[in-house]
Amino acid sequence: MMMEDTENTEKEKKEREMTGKAGTAKKDVLILGIESSCDETAASVVRNGREVLSNVISSQIALHTQFGGVVPEIASRKHIEKINQVIEQALSDANVTLDDITAIAVTYGPGLVGALLVGVAEAKAIAYASKKPLVGVHHIEGHVSANYIENLNLEPPFVCLIVSGGHTHLVIVKDYGEFEIIGRTRDDAAGEAFDKVARAVGLGYPGGPKVDKAAKDGNPHAMEFPRAKVEGCPYDFSFSGIKSAVLNYINKAKMTGEEICVPDLAASFQNAVVEALVSRAVLAAKNYGYDRLAIAGGVASNSALRTAMQKACDKAGIHFYHPSPIFCTDNAAMIGVAGYYEYMKGTRHSWDLNAIPNLKLGER
Amino acid sequence: MMKILGIESSSLVASVAVVTDEVVTAEYTVNFKKTHSQTLLPMIDEVCRMIELDLSEIDAIAVSGGPGSFTGLRIGSATAKGLGLALKKPLIHVPTLDAMAYNLYGTSALICPMMDARRNQVYTGVYRFEQEFETVMEPCMMDTRELARELNKYGERVILLGDGVPVNAQILKENLEVPFSFAPAQCSRQRGASVAVLGAVYFTEGKTETAMEHKPDYLRKAQAERELEEAKRQGKVAELAAGHSVGDGSQREGKA
Repeated sequence: MMMEDTENTEKEKKEREMTGKAGTAKKDVLILGIESSCDETAASVVRNGREVLSNVISSQIALHTQFGGVVPEIASRKHIEKINQVIEQALSDANVTLDDITAIAVTYGPGLVGALLVGVAEAKAIAYASKKPLVGVHHIEGHVSANYIENLNLEPPFVCLIVSGGHTHLVIVKDYGEFEIIGRTRDDAAGEAFDKVARAVGLGYPGGPKVDKAAKDGNPHAMEFPRAKVEGCPYDFSFSGIKSAVLNYINKAKMTGEEICVPDLAASFQNAVVEALVSRAVLAAKNYGYDRLAIAGGVASNSALRTAMQKACDKAGIHFYHPSPIFCTDNAAMIGVAGYYEYMKGTRHSWDLNAIPNLKLGER
Repeated sequence: MMKILGIESSSLVASVAVVTDEVVTAEYTVNFKKTHSQTLLPMIDEVCRMIELDLSEIDAIAVSGGPGSFTGLRIGSATAKGLGLALKKPLIHVPTLDAMAYNLYGTSALICPMMDARRNQVYTGVYRFEQEFETVMEPCMMDTRELARELNKYGERVILLGDGVPVNAQILKENLEVPFSFAPAQCSRQRGASVAVLGAVYFTEGKTETAMEHKPDYLRKAQAERELEEAKRQGKVAELAAGHSVGDGSQREGKA
């Protein structure tokens, strides 16, 4: 699937040599990032891997709320309607034209296949017609890379906790785009548990922000939910136990006619999840000997997680990094950043790049 | 000189063509596996190489606009939109069934393209060439038996084509009371050349759209939307919003 375009490589090698010389003006590398893996159509222009010149996101949340979750076909239809507008906006916000762009980066997995295909087909056509290199980016690598945007001093290696609606991974970021996965969820993703609990108590979709908000007025110790450990795997997660306990609690309350205090329930559930996430992430950083820990993914915007992680890191003498909420949830700036480092490493994809819905982290 | 690129990916067929004034300078058609996301752009690349065409020389991009496989349509659409954005060229939305009917240009019979929409349903329309190319029945989704009844009403000879034909051949044979025939293989499926040639006609008539405006015309709502409408009719919206029955057409259509 990967192809070295000899013509381009030659040209770029010359450019790199040029820029390497002292005194010569360094040529900026501008990446146009495109993201459409789930329910956000997004495009962004990123300069030299760290500077976000534009970050346009067309969210479909309102559209999917009436269905209680993301409907893949509807998401795909919306992507095709919005994608050109979003890309044009990203270019104009960045005050550049396509001519100024060095390479096109696009999320090609993991995600909803129909949704991914829109971005992939669009990016390939743009790259082809404008004769620019195409760089396929792993969505999760994008999430991790979101940390580079506002933390200019952050460089690999470090430990990163990736938490979103579809993923819960604890990884060591060994280098740009190189990961060692040391822990993962055995069942539900953290964000998935949030969504299911939110739905069960009638908070609706999307679950993460709704639970976070409700929990602010609740007592995190009102109810005790189990913190499952995975035998022999200190860094693995399991959230189905917590989720089931919450659902059982709700059912029992309904049967006995007891009124549920939603803020208390939300806070207690969230506390259980956050504790599981924080304890393992900090343990991993300590045991593997890293003094830097980052979080990434949609759930990384959860205020309780951020507060608890900050506290635990302070206590353990670990530097804690996190992206702003806007860079935690799906966006294309993170794809532009990850795309930049992939581009610099020489990653190029050919015109037969396909969407890979179950793309594994670290796979290319 | 007018140059139009035609893109067709609404079904199992992937097809790319370039028409230069009155001549199809290249056409590349594959009716094999549904791997359009991998094959379509390499096919465009190959066509351009073969005829030494720099894509910036084209006047517009004609794309088969639906109905058809939801995912297939979007691959063609996103490809056309990406090309249009980068090249700053307009798009031409050519309805898939119109382009298919155009395969049989000039026939005195009625033309009935039909695309398999599963469960004895087809996407279909009825066309004829009299003074010019006419739509007799607008593209729609229809039960095959009902289509046969419609065709019987016209009382004219009809030529049928498309991947809906083999699937429904028995039903058609049993229900059609007018003289009919099935189109031969060279014109029985979607063709990029027909999209490009009909696209060129639209282009000269000024019927173009911007790459930003273009979107496929599915002729069918997503399953979840249909369910939501049904739920609304029955006053059960709350249940659906709670996520108890979110189905989706793309799970069937979703093959990359």
